[in-house]
Amino acid sequence: MELLSGADMLIRSLQDEGIEYIYGYPGGAALHIYDALFRQDKVKHILVRHEQAAVHMADGYARATGKPGTVLVTSGPGATNTITGIATAFMDSIPMVVLCGQVASTLIGEDAFQETDMIGVSRPVVKHNLSVRHPEEIPEVIRKAYYIASTGRPGPVVVDIPKDMTTPNERFEYAFPKKVKLRSYNPAIRGHAGQIKKAVDMLLAARRPIIYAGGGVILGKASDQLTELVRMLGYPITNTLMGIGCYPATDKQHLGWLGMHGTYESNMAMHHSDLILCVGARFDDRVTNATEKFCPGARIVHIDIDPASISKTIDADVPIVGPVDAVLKEMIALVRESKARPDAEALSAWWKQIEEWRAFHGMRYENNPEVIKPQEVIETLWRLTNGDAFVASDVGQHQMFAAQYYKFDKPNRWINSGGLGTMGFGLPAAMGVKLTHPDDEVLCVTGEGSIQMNIQELSTCKQYNLPVKIINLNNQALGMVKQWQDMNYESRHSQSYMESLPDFIKLAEAYGHVGVRIDRKEDLEPKLKEVLAMKDKLVFVDIYVDRFEHVYPMQVARGSMKDMWLSKTERV
Amino acid sequence: MRRIISVLLENEPGALSRVVGLFSQRNYNIETLTVAPTEDSTLSRLTVTTTGSDKVIEQITKQLNKLIEVVKLVDLTEGAHIERELMLVKLKATGSQRAEIKRTVDIFRGQIVDVTSSVYTVQLAGDSDKLDGFIQAVGTAGVLEVVRSGVSGIARGEKVLSL
Ligand SMILES: Cc1ncc(C[n+]2csc(CCOP(=O)(O)OP(=O)(O)O)c2C)c(N)n1
Ligand SMILES: [Mg+2]
Repeated sequence: MELLSGADMLIRSLQDEGIEYIYGYPGGAALHIYDALFRQDKVKHILVRHEQAAVHMADGYARATGKPGTVLVTSGPGATNTITGIATAFMDSIPMVVLCGQVASTLIGEDAFQETDMIGVSRPVVKHNLSVRHPEEIPEVIRKAYYIASTGRPGPVVVDIPKDMTTPNERFEYAFPKKVKLRSYNPAIRGHAGQIKKAVDMLLAARRPIIYAGGGVILGKASDQLTELVRMLGYPITNTLMGIGCYPATDKQHLGWLGMHGTYESNMAMHHSDLILCVGARFDDRVTNATEKFCPGARIVHIDIDPASISKTIDADVPIVGPVDAVLKEMIALVRESKARPDAEALSAWWKQIEEWRAFHGMRYENNPEVIKPQEVIETLWRLTNGDAFVASDVGQHQMFAAQYYKFDKPNRWINSGGLGTMGFGLPAAMGVKLTHPDDEVLCVTGEGSIQMNIQELSTCKQYNLPVKIINLNNQALGMVKQWQDMNYESRHSQSYMESLPDFIKLAEAYGHVGVRIDRKEDLEPKLKEVLAMKDKLVFVDIYVDRFEHVYPMQVARGSMKDMWLSKTERV
Repeated sequence: MRRIISVLLENEPGALSRVVGLFSQRNYNIETLTVAPTEDSTLSRLTVTTTGSDKVIEQITKQLNKLIEVVKLVDLTEGAHIERELMLVKLKATGSQRAEIKRTVDIFRGQIVDVTSSVYTVQLAGDSDKLDGFIQAVGTAGVLEVVRSGVSGIARGEKVLSL
């Protein structure tokens, strides 16, 4: 057997785990590990400019590839800088492992230089965290960390590594464990057969059914099964912001996404349904609106890998705990075998009603011959990229417009911070995608507020040649905040203006990239075409859009799903 | 409703803080909490008493089960069970009070485990109501110090909580 130092064992374990990229930033407590990284070339390290960005990069990678991301940082400030990124991944159940240096175990508890209790600090925002107590444990700890991060309901796992665990002068026998077994952790591998049968019977007997799918379908790689089931049944489907792409958005059975800024037809169909099949979603408050007014006539079947997501906010009539792909597969087989068929008359009446709703609103906005509308920017991009780009978004109005007007037909292409709503997520997430998808179009849709939260990463993009296209929907305001102030605070715009914006063109150029400004409507399409033609360049496109636009539809606070504003003046 | 949830937990550093953290993070109540290693040194047994609606209790058990270090758990209040708490009380005991206290201790089947000329230290075990009842019976005026262990519980009959 080979003798390796703790640091070498760590890197070897990452190799054996199949890790391609680490995103990170060095510092004292991690230096033995960085030295071990230097002496090999299998695992590639991407040096970011701020640790938060390393986590978002790992996150973007994980969302686009379905594989766990990896982060390496030093103790103290390096570790605490990752927290926002970890919390972002936690809220959206993204698999990742964050390796943090720590002061030597002999110094822990003494307020040593750059000592932070990372296990304690991260505890509420991780799926699990582990600390290394003996160098020999390193391969096992690493194996466990990835296993926990990527199985069951995925999530971030932090590993705390005191510096003396990685010293070069102590060597140990290296063996990478073949299997992990945790007696206290056994995620479900299939759903309860009786419950699935019951669900299928209810589904086939429903008169006004709707499928409500979430991010779990994408995380569980079950888009194909979902699509098959939905097409077989001919039922309408809506999905959450996190579920975008789990079912083709351009398909006519798809009603768009639901909830606070969901489509009129989705929210109406949910409210009036008699059966909701929820697949890998969690009845989040941005979906349900007031829970006591939620879909009064609907019975609910809820499939989720996490039992704690079921009946948390909305009670399920038929709970099914299991991986969505396996459960859907069984449902498909049962529907096929069953003699029962959906009531054709009821279904066609239901579709007729839905089409009326769709015709009443659909997605529309008021165009203006003078100013560029943020929605039209997204529509144009969708057309110019054939609906096939990866779109990483920041947080705000631009995020909602991107989600509404870019029609995703495939999973893993819409990359956004849904649960935590982290401004600053977009650019590093786009970078994580671009790194592993060099030939695909990767857009970062952002706002002048959000982009400035991780703008330093333009430097990382230069170093690693990451030609993402930054689409800055510049409304010269923290637009989403301003919209709420318009609607709820009589337009008192407290701190929602960004004064003294930088010259983004010069800024992009200073970092060695290309900057393009678009402020005339007629320039929009031709200039965007030029931008997209610059395949190997990062282009920062600063687009001056309507400063007064609001995102609609918007659910009325504390109402039911069907209570919405459809424009500044229409309320239903 | 008051519930007694009994948990088998990996006996590892940090495991307890995860359980306690979960309760505060999600705004759940902890009334009492006891924890100690079991005959299997890799496991701790933790008992927590809490109150909440059925929905909240369901979430508490689900969220506890989600913690990687929680091996198994049971809501003892769902079935017949035995509940015990230990209390040590220092009581002012002078003159005629001494005999009176002795009698009350006997009625509650407690023991006087330490004596000075002016103080009795009493040990009492039972369910929480009984301990409350004792304090009421002797009167809070004479109570100098109280220490209670928190509730431990076990199911009645043949049911066992083990791996
Ligand atoms: C880190 C962080 N801080 C604050 C917020 C609250 N917030 C949500 S949207 C928003 C405004 C975003 O402005 P911008 O990026 O310009 O996007 P716009 O809404 O104008 O399109 C703010 C401040 C947040 N989501 N994240
Ligand atoms: Mg803005």
